[in-house]
Order: sequence, then C-alpha cells, then structure tokens
Amino acid sequence: MSNTERPLSPHLSIYRWPVTMTLSILHRATGVAMSVGLVVLATWLVSAASGVDDYDQFVTLMSTLAGRLLLIGWSFAFFFHLANGIRHLVWDTGRGFEKRQANASAWFVLLLAVGMTVVYWMML
Amino acid sequence: MSSATGHFVAQRVTAIVLVLLGSWFAVSLNGLDSFEHAIVVAFIAEPLNGALLALMCASLAYHSHLGVQVVIDDYVHAAGLNKASLMFSRISHLVVVALSIYAVFEIGTSA
Repeated sequence: MSNTERPLSPHLSIYRWPVTMTLSILHRATGVAMSVGLVVLATWLVSAASGVDDYDQFVTLMSTLAGRLLLIGWSFAFFFHLANGIRHLVWDTGRGFEKRQANASAWFVLLLAVGMTVVYWMML
Repeated sequence: MSSATGHFVAQRVTAIVLVLLGSWFAVSLNGLDSFEHAIVVAFIAEPLNGALLALMCASLAYHSHLGVQVVIDDYVHAAGLNKASLMFSRISHLVVVALSIYAVFEIGTSA
C-alpha cells in the first residue's frame, strides 16, 4: 500500500534556491578573484617603485574601460568578502545560525557590499 | 595542533588582521588627493604606511594561499595534479609577496 502523504526527497524542479547559497558561492568566487587581483596590486607597487614612466603606463592601462570594470569588480569583491567574512567570524562564535538570522544577514551583507562599492566610487 | 586545525586558525587570524589592514588601505586610498606617481610614492614612503602595507601584503598572500588551497582540494582530486597545483599556488604567492614588499621597501628607502 502506498502512502501518498509521505515526505518526498527534494526535487530539483521545485527546489527554491536559498540566498545563503548565493552568498556562499560569492564568498569563494570573490576570494579567488582577489587572489588574481593580488598580481595587479603587486604590479601597482612595483611600477610605483620603478619610476614615474612605468607607473603612468600602469595607470593608463587601468584607466581603460576594461581596467575600470576590473577595479570596480575587485572593489565589490573586497567589500563583499570583508562583510561576509565578518559574518563568518560571527558564525565561528556559534551565533546567527537560525534560518531566519542567516537569511537576514545574507541580504544585509549583499546590500551592504553593493552600497559600499557605490559610495566608495562616488567618494573617490 | 593538527595541520587542519592550523589551517582553520591561520585563516581566521589573517582574516581578522585583514579586516583591519584592508579597511585601513581602502580608506587611505580614498583619502589620496590623486593617483599621481608623486602622491602615491609619498604615501608609501611614510614609514608607518610602508610597514602596514608590507604587513597587509604578507597577510593577503597568506590568507589568499589558504583559500586557494581549499578550492584546489575541493576540485582537483588527482593526487599528482593536486600537489602540483598547491605548489604552483605556494610559489606564486611567494613571488607576489616578495615583489610587493620589495617595492614598498624600495620606495621607502629611495624617497
């Protein structure tokens, strides 16, 4: 006899993507993106040490549309990873694990990171 | 302490250091009058700024390597390739941190 009331295993077609999963993936993605960005940070420092000509060449390169988009991307990655990193540090103390808290902090971190990126570039 | 616990602790210690130094760097960059060579070099040549920058670069590279290591262990399962990737990450991060700190030192001593 089959029981139609029994719980079924989650089905991909009815699975609601939780926002916390987006944040988890973004934390890793922004981390890897910034690992690549370290090369640019080092290039900035080395070009500055090499003299004004090399430095100006670096600035010219980063002032192109592609360069600016990359810098904006890295700044968002920084602010997101910073805010979400603090969220992780709070979790390390055993707090904020309730589903509602985790969802709320997820949206908070996401909006904060976008907001900080916008404000940062407006102030620059 | 097992190496896994060591990884966990080091990741968090560098994270806390970077919350502070990263914020300092972001605020300092925004505070510069412009990104002209003379202004940037003058900023880096300040002893405190140079020291904090060098410390930040070292912490960044360490934290970055710890993170990349987790990603490699998650996705690269073939033992040989896993080892090679970890070695590549370690060497790249060492090169980047050596170049960065040398550049900061060079600016500090020649200014």
